[in-house]
Amino acid sequence: MSETAEGSVVITHDVGLHARPSVKLTKLAKGFASTLEIAGAAHGPWIDAKSIVKVMAMKAKQGSTLFVRAAGADAQAAVDAVTSLVRRDFDEAGDGH
Amino acid sequence: MGISHQGIAASDGLFIGPVRRLGSAQQERQGTGDAASEREALELAIARAITSLAALMERVEGEAQDILGFQVAMLEDDALAAPALSAIDQGTAAHVAWAAALDGEIAGYEASDDDYFRARAADLRDIRDRVLRQLAGEHAAGTVTGAVLVGDDIAPTAFLETDWSAGGAIALLQGSTTSHVAMLARARGIPMVTGLGELPSNITILAVDGGRGAVLSDPDAAQRAQFDAALDSDARARASEEQFRFRPAARRNGERIDLLINVAGVEELDRIDHAACDGIGLMRSEFLFRDGAPLPDEETQYRAYRRFAEWAQGRPVTIRTLDIGGDKPVRGLTPEGESNPFLGLRGVRLTLAHESVFRTQLRALARAAEHGNLKVMLPMVTVPDEITRSAALLDACIAELKAEGMACHRPPLGIMVEVPAVAVMPELFRAAAFFSIGSNDLTQYVTASSRDDARVAALNDPSHPAVTALIARVALFGREAGIPVSLCGDMASEPRHLAALLETGLTSLSVAPARIARLKAAIAEL
Repeated sequence: MSETAEGSVVITHDVGLHARPSVKLTKLAKGFASTLEIAGAAHGPWIDAKSIVKVMAMKAKQGSTLFVRAAGADAQAAVDAVTSLVRRDFDEAGDGH
Repeated sequence: MGISHQGIAASDGLFIGPVRRLGSAQQERQGTGDAASEREALELAIARAITSLAALMERVEGEAQDILGFQVAMLEDDALAAPALSAIDQGTAAHVAWAAALDGEIAGYEASDDDYFRARAADLRDIRDRVLRQLAGEHAAGTVTGAVLVGDDIAPTAFLETDWSAGGAIALLQGSTTSHVAMLARARGIPMVTGLGELPSNITILAVDGGRGAVLSDPDAAQRAQFDAALDSDARARASEEQFRFRPAARRNGERIDLLINVAGVEELDRIDHAACDGIGLMRSEFLFRDGAPLPDEETQYRAYRRFAEWAQGRPVTIRTLDIGGDKPVRGLTPEGESNPFLGLRGVRLTLAHESVFRTQLRALARAAEHGNLKVMLPMVTVPDEITRSAALLDACIAELKAEGMACHRPPLGIMVEVPAVAVMPELFRAAAFFSIGSNDLTQYVTASSRDDARVAALNDPSHPAVTALIARVALFGREAGIPVSLCGDMASEPRHLAALLETGLTSLSVAPARIARLKAAIAEL
């Protein structure tokens, strides 16, 4: 059963979608069978969330909104996973030592 | 006699050694002229580059591993090589196609208006050159030990592949203090200077003073002896200072000095042990407001401020409200074309003029104050009315938050003492919950000289008696009126100014985190 899903989330991470968060995001995206795309605006342009080259090239900064959409069997789960990762600041907040 | 060159300090420390020039990758390769074998050559070179990076990753940890992990992820992504592969199919040689494709990516990063993304261009160059070396059948650059690496910029992997066990330093003609390499150098304690502009091409020995951001080329015997002596005493001093790091700062007579830290970003907290300081004396909230980026909303600010408050574990955290203007413009907020920005709309003058921006920040601060010992400080206060108006706004924000059912707390509202009008008559500003002397701006305004202008920088001296007299005046008034006084300018981070500062009666200083152990050791002598 193919489904589609979409969502959006504000990037709160200090320096935005930089190297380490982009690595995490693309690794997570690759774990889903669905096609998964992100964009910096509601109408695109949409780029492949599984490609770090393209994700980094967006240069999405802190405070900007990330739009997410997916199509495939696990579309909703994929969108939820990505928005949740961004909302959790890529699990980097609070890891001070 | 050697010649001194001034650059920008990127990582503290002293080192002298032979110069090793960082060259760009050699591309002495002939294409085969056959698209299929060129394609195969590029794919093999990329695979080998990934293997060599994976091997390097095993030897490093933490941030270094993240940097290499990023490069591996980029190389593993087919999208990186796609333009090169299609150029190869059109008959271009593999190395030419790869270099062109990566140069396109690099140009994209270099064009960014964001420091962070711009700094990633160095990672992309590193990726480009690593694959080019593989294509040319070369192996990684030979091991260099105990040398001063000199070049336009340096690749992160070149830093990681360098054997630093015999020490070393980095002197860059360009480079950035926010690059991955600068971060690695600071973490590793490798002296580094950026932005030297030009260095003579024939120099063989370089003495690097990372803390001053200066280098000395080909020192003569006397200069060399002088540098060696400085090196020697520096090494001994560093070792003996370390034992002070986790002790409370105290003078010889036992008098306790509060030593707090100045921070500008959340990521800095990861490198600092909160147990080594008495709190955060200055958190520059500007870091959230990047030039060209959208203004941070209340939630973003709240989360950041809360993070500082929680990190400090009950120790005080003083957050300065937005201090832009002057030399720190933010498009859309700071005025354009001011004839004299340092005397213009900056600090609290600007936030009072942009009430909605100020309100968002005050709401976020009041909410974060629920989670720790948070204080709020107004920059560039000149007249008491600015405190009155800011306090009224803060109270209004708190009433609003309570009406919305949001948890919040009214933080104490203090002021920076940096405009001479306040330092001369602090008694007019009793409404402030505390004073924090901003010695950088105070010195600039009292001496009417900018430290950014090399021709007058010598006049910009915080130890000018007029500056210290004003500091003493504020400290004295604070003691009499029961208003806490601290000093958070760069002056407090310089051991040579400590005696004069303590002489004024100050007992609280906020300093650069890297200077904590050194300053505690110096305070113990006074």
